Amino acid sequence: MAATTFVIAMSVMTLLWGLIGGVIPWFIPKGPNRGVIVTMLVLTAVCCYLFWLIAILSQLNPLFGPVLSNDTIWYLYYHWQ
Amino acid sequence: MSSLFRSEEMCLVQLFFQTESAHNCISELGHLGLVQFKDLNPSATAFQRRFVKEVKKCEEMERILSKKVFSTFEKLEQELREINRNHATLRQNLIELMDIDSLLRMTEDFFEEVLEINFSFFSFNFIILPPSEDSVFVAGVIKQERFPAFEKVLWRLFHGNFVLRHAEIQATEELQARGAVKKDVFIIFVQGDHVREKIRKVCEGFRASLYSCPKTLYERKQMSNSVMTQMEDLRMILRRTEEYRAGVLTRAAEHVQEWGSKVKKMKAIYYTLNLCNIDITQKLIVAEIWCPVSDLAVVQNALIKGSEQSGSSVTPVLNRIQTQQTPPTFNRTNTFTEGFQAIIDAYGVGTYQEINPAPCTIVTFPFLFAVMFGDCGHGLVMTLFAVWVISQAESLRKWKNEVTDVVIGGRYIILLMGMFSIYTGLIYNDCFSKSFNIFGSSWCVRPMFHPHGPWQNETLHEYHHLQLNPSVPGVYSGDPYVFGIDPVWNIASNKLSFLNSFKMKMSVILGVSHMLFGVTLSLVNFVHFRKFQDIFLQFVPQLIFMLSLFGYLIFLILYKWCITLRSETAPSILLLFINMMLFDYQSEHVLLYGGQKGLQIFLVLTAVLMVPVLLLVKPFLIYRTRMKTRHQVSRAEKDNVICFLLQVSMGDIFVYQAIHTVEFCLGCISNTASYLRLWALSLAHAELSEVLWRMVLQVGLKISSGMGSLMLVVLFAAFAVLTVTILLVMEGLSAFLHALRLHWVEFQNKFYEGSGYKFTPLSFDSLLKTQQ
Repeated sequence: MAATTFVIAMSVMTLLWGLIGGVIPWFIPKGPNRGVIVTMLVLTAVCCYLFWLIAILSQLNPLFGPVLSNDTIWYLYYHWQ
Repeated sequence: MSSLFRSEEMCLVQLFFQTESAHNCISELGHLGLVQFKDLNPSATAFQRRFVKEVKKCEEMERILSKKVFSTFEKLEQELREINRNHATLRQNLIELMDIDSLLRMTEDFFEEVLEINFSFFSFNFIILPPSEDSVFVAGVIKQERFPAFEKVLWRLFHGNFVLRHAEIQATEELQARGAVKKDVFIIFVQGDHVREKIRKVCEGFRASLYSCPKTLYERKQMSNSVMTQMEDLRMILRRTEEYRAGVLTRAAEHVQEWGSKVKKMKAIYYTLNLCNIDITQKLIVAEIWCPVSDLAVVQNALIKGSEQSGSSVTPVLNRIQTQQTPPTFNRTNTFTEGFQAIIDAYGVGTYQEINPAPCTIVTFPFLFAVMFGDCGHGLVMTLFAVWVISQAESLRKWKNEVTDVVIGGRYIILLMGMFSIYTGLIYNDCFSKSFNIFGSSWCVRPMFHPHGPWQNETLHEYHHLQLNPSVPGVYSGDPYVFGIDPVWNIASNKLSFLNSFKMKMSVILGVSHMLFGVTLSLVNFVHFRKFQDIFLQFVPQLIFMLSLFGYLIFLILYKWCITLRSETAPSILLLFINMMLFDYQSEHVLLYGGQKGLQIFLVLTAVLMVPVLLLVKPFLIYRTRMKTRHQVSRAEKDNVICFLLQVSMGDIFVYQAIHTVEFCLGCISNTASYLRLWALSLAHAELSEVLWRMVLQVGLKISSGMGSLMLVVLFAAFAVLTVTILLVMEGLSAFLHALRLHWVEFQNKFYEGSGYKFTPLSFDSLLKTQQ
C-alpha cells in the first residue's frame, strides 16, 4: 500500500515533535536549569505540533474550493502539472 | 526541587550579634544579597529609632560629601584657573619668541637689500643715504590686517623718505594650534635719529611689537640661537603643564566615585540597623531576617567572616524560628528567565509557594504572540533585531533611556517571539504577504476542464472568476499541503472565507487547551498545599464542566474536519453548539453522527449538574465541621466570642463560593470567546501586510518606464519604513499586549492567586545600580 503524502507527513511530524518533547528531555544534564529547559522543550513540542496538526486537519476534507480569476486559471493550467 | 516552578522555601531566622561587629556583619550580608530584614520596630516612627542619629549622620555626610565634592571642585577650579593662566602666559611668550625668530630670519634679506640700495644710491647720487651710522632701522611684527593702514601713515609722516619692507610670517602648524593670528614682519629704514620716537608712537598706535635687532650679522646669529633654546624650553614647560592638569582632574574623578558609593553603603547599613532590636545589656543586637532555607549555610559563613573582620570574639548566633506569618515570595531567576518573571510579577507577585506560571510563560507567551503575528519575514527581522540587542546589551545600557531599558530587559522575550513567529509564519504560509510553494499545491486546475469537469474554454472568456469544486475528481488531490496552508489560497479571491473559518476554529482549540492547562495547574497547587478536599470539590467539577461543554466543542471541530461531508448539507458547528445548549433537536437539522442527540443531552446535563456541586457542597461541608466543633466547644465551655466569629464568616464563605462559581462558569464562555482575538489580530496583520504589498511595492514593480528602477528604490524605502513602524512596532506592541492579557486574565484566573509580597533582600549591588 503506497503511503500517501498525508500519512508520511503525519508520521514524520509526530515523530519529530515526539522526539523533541518526549525523548530529548531525558538527556538534559542535571543542573539548576534542568526543570526550566525540560518544560520549555515539552511545551514547545506540544504547541508547535498542535498548531501544525490544526493546519493540516483543516485542509483534509475541504467543503469548498478557491475562487480564481480567469488569468490565474490560464496560468495555472500550464504551469502547475 | 527546581526553584522556578514555585517560590523558594523561606525561613525566619533570628540573628544575635555583638554591637561592635554589627557594621561588618551587615556589610557582609549586604554584599551577599540574600537576606531581607524584618522591621522589629514597626510602631516606632522614624525619629524614635535607635540609630536615627547615625542615619542622620550618614545623610549629613552625603550632603557634606557633595559639599566636600563642591569644595574640592572649588579648589580644583582655582588650581585649574592658575594653571590655565600660566599656560596662557607661557603660550604668549612662545608666540613672541617665534615672532622674533621669524623676524631675525627675514631681516637678513632686508639688510642685504638695503646695503645694495645704499650702494646704488651712493653710486648714482653721491649723496642722500650715507651707509649705516645715520640710517635708523626699526624692526617689528604687526598683524597682517593692519599693515596697509600702517604703511599709509608712514608715507604721510615721512613723505616717502623711508624704506619699508615686510613679509608674511609662515603660519606653521604649531602656531595655528596655539591660536595665533596671521602676522607680518616689517622693517623700516629711515634717515635721522629723531624720527625714532615718531616711529615708536606710530607702532604703538597700531599695536605692533617692536624688537631690538642687533646690527651685526654675528650678533643676530647669536640672538637667533638663544631664541631657539628659549623656545624649546618653553615648549617643554607647556607640555608638562598640560599633563599635570590632566592628571589632577582624573584623580579627583576617581575619588568622588569611591566616596559616593561608600556613603551609600553606610546609609543602607544604618537603616538596616534601625530595623533591629538592641538588647537590654546594650551589647547585643537582635535581628530577624527572611532567608531562603537553601542559603542558610552561606549566610552563616558571611556572618562569621563579618565578625572576624571586626575582631570580635563571639560568633553570631543563627536561630531559626517557626512562625505563622507569610514569608515573602522569592523566585530565583537568571538573565534569561528574569524577563518572563517580571511580566508575571507585573500583574501580581505569587502567593508564597504557589505554582509559578513563569516557566510555562517562557513558551506559551511567545507562542500566542506568534499566532497573532504570524509572518515569517517579519519574524525574521524581529529575531535579528533581538540578536543584535542581546549582543550589544552592555553598551546599549549606557543610553539610560526608559524605552531602551525596557527593550534591553525584554531582549530574550523578543528573541523567542521572533523565533516562534517564523514558525507560525511558515505554517500560515505568509512571508511579507506572499506564500511559498515548496511542496506543490494540492489543488489542480486542469481536471475542472472538459472531459473531467464542467468547464470549457469559453467558460474562461465568459466569467472573470471561477470556483474550483473539490468534489470533481482530481481537482483536490486528497492529500493536504504537508506543512501549513496551501499556497493556492494566497492567489484566491475567497481566501478570507477559508482562512477565517480555519483561524476561528484554531483560536477556540488553542484557547480551550490553554485554559485546561491552567485548571490542571490548580490541581498541582492543591496537591502541594494538601487541600485534598478541594481536589474533589473544586478541581474535578471544574474539569468536568469545561470538558463536557468546550472539550466537546473541540471534538466537534476535529470530527467535522476529519469526515467527508457534502458541502450543501454540512451543519455549522456554531449552530450545532447553540442547539445543543437550547435542547433544540428538530428533525430537519442535520447531525454529524449517529447518537449525537443522546450524547449531547447527557453532556449538557452533566455540566449543569456541576454548578450546584461547585456552589453548595464546599460551604455545606465547612458548615458541618463548624457545627461539630461548636458542639464540642459548648460541651467544654461557653465561648461566645468564638461562636460569634464563626457565625459571621459563614455568610462570607457562601458569598465567596458563589462568586467563584459564577466567575468560573460564565468565565468559561466569555474566556473562550476572548481567545478569538488570536484570529482577529492575525487577520489584521495579514491584511495590513497585503495592503503594503499591493499599494506600495507592487506599484513600484509594475512601472515599465525607464525611471522605474529609481522609483522602485524610493518605493522600497517607503515600504521598509512602513513595514518597520506599522507592522513590526505597532502590530508587535499590540500582539504583545493581547498575548499578555490572555495570560494574565484568561489563563491565570484558573489557578493563580497572586497575593504575595516580593522578597527584597539587602543587596549593595542593586542599591548602587538603581541609584546610578
